[in-house]
Amino acid sequence: MIICKAPAELEKMHRAGLIVWEVLSKVRDAVKPGVSTMDLEKLAEGLSAARGGRPAFKGYRGYPCVLCTSVNQEVVHGIPSEKRRLKAGEIISLDFGAEVDGYFADAAVTVPVGEIGSELEKLLRVTRESLDRAIEKVKLGNRLSDISHAVQGWVEHNGYSVVREFVGHGIGTRMHEEPNLPNYGEPGRGPRLQEGMVLAIEPMVNAGQPAVRVLDDEWTAVTADGSYSAHFEHTVAVTANGPWILTRPKQVNGPSW
Amino acid sequence: MARHEVREKKKKDESNQKEDAIEVMATVLEPLPNAMFRVELENKHQVLAHISGKMRKNFIRILAGDKVAVELSPYDLTRGRIVYRYK
Repeated sequence: MIICKAPAELEKMHRAGLIVWEVLSKVRDAVKPGVSTMDLEKLAEGLSAARGGRPAFKGYRGYPCVLCTSVNQEVVHGIPSEKRRLKAGEIISLDFGAEVDGYFADAAVTVPVGEIGSELEKLLRVTRESLDRAIEKVKLGNRLSDISHAVQGWVEHNGYSVVREFVGHGIGTRMHEEPNLPNYGEPGRGPRLQEGMVLAIEPMVNAGQPAVRVLDDEWTAVTADGSYSAHFEHTVAVTANGPWILTRPKQVNGPSW
Repeated sequence: MARHEVREKKKKDESNQKEDAIEVMATVLEPLPNAMFRVELENKHQVLAHISGKMRKNFIRILAGDKVAVELSPYDLTRGRIVYRYK
C-alpha cells in the first residue's frame, strides 16, 4: 500500500529534508584530497545533531554510521572508515537521511575529489541529469514506471548502465515504504501518481556493466566489473503543482544538484 | 539509502514459510460454510479454523467431534489452520 501524505506531513518531511540538504551541502564542501571518509561521517553527525535531526541510517538494519560514503567503484552504502583517505581524481557518493518528528527524508550526491577526468565528469553529469529527468516525470496522472523509464532512457542513451539490484523507494514515517522504484523499466506501468505520494528517487549509474556485488561487510555494494559508479538522490513529493523536492530549500531552482 | 531489492525479497520468502505458527490440538465443534470450522483448543479457547490447502486437495473430510491439529498465527490467535486430522 502506498501511503499518501497530508500537506502538514509533507511540511514535516520538508523539515527533515532541509537538514539533509544542509548536512550534504556542508559535507560536500569538506570533500578534498587527504580527508578520510570517517572525517565526513563525524562532520555529518555533528551537523545533524546541531540541527535537531535524528540520523536515519545509523542502526537501520544494523548500519553502523550516519553517512554512506561510496568511493569510485563503490555504488552505494560504503561505510566510512578512518583508513579510507580521499585522493584527487576520485569520486565519492554521499548519502544521508534524517528523521524529524517521526518523518524521514533521504538524499544523496556524488562529488569529485579535486580535479577529475572528463570521462568521470560526464558520468556525474549524466547521472545528475537522469535524476532531473526523473523528477520532471513526477506529475499527477503519470505512472510510477514513467520515472524509472526516464532514468534508464537517459543513462543508456549515454552508454552507461543502471543498477538493477538496488532501487528507489517510497518514504514517509519509515525510511523505506512502498512502492519500490526501480531505475529501469517500460513506461506506463505501475500505479498512477497521486497527490501526497513521496518517493526517494535515486539513480545509481555504472560506467560499465550493471552488475553489482555486496562486500563481506554486508553493506558496501561495488560494481562487479570494477567500473566507476555515481549516485544522486532526492526525496520528492507529488503535488498538484508538480514535483516538490523536499530535500532542498524551496527557493533553490534549476538542476536537482 | 537505496533499498536492496534482492535481500528484502529473500526475507519475504522466509516469512512465507508458515514457520512461525503455533501448533496445538483441538476438537471440532461445528462445520461452517467455506470449509471453515469452529474448533475448541485444549485450553478451551474457541477459534475459527480453515482447512489447509494440502488437506483440501487430498479430500480429507472433517466432521464435528474429530480431533485435529491446528496451527495458529502468532499475530491473530482467533484464527487457525487445520493441518491434520487424527484417526
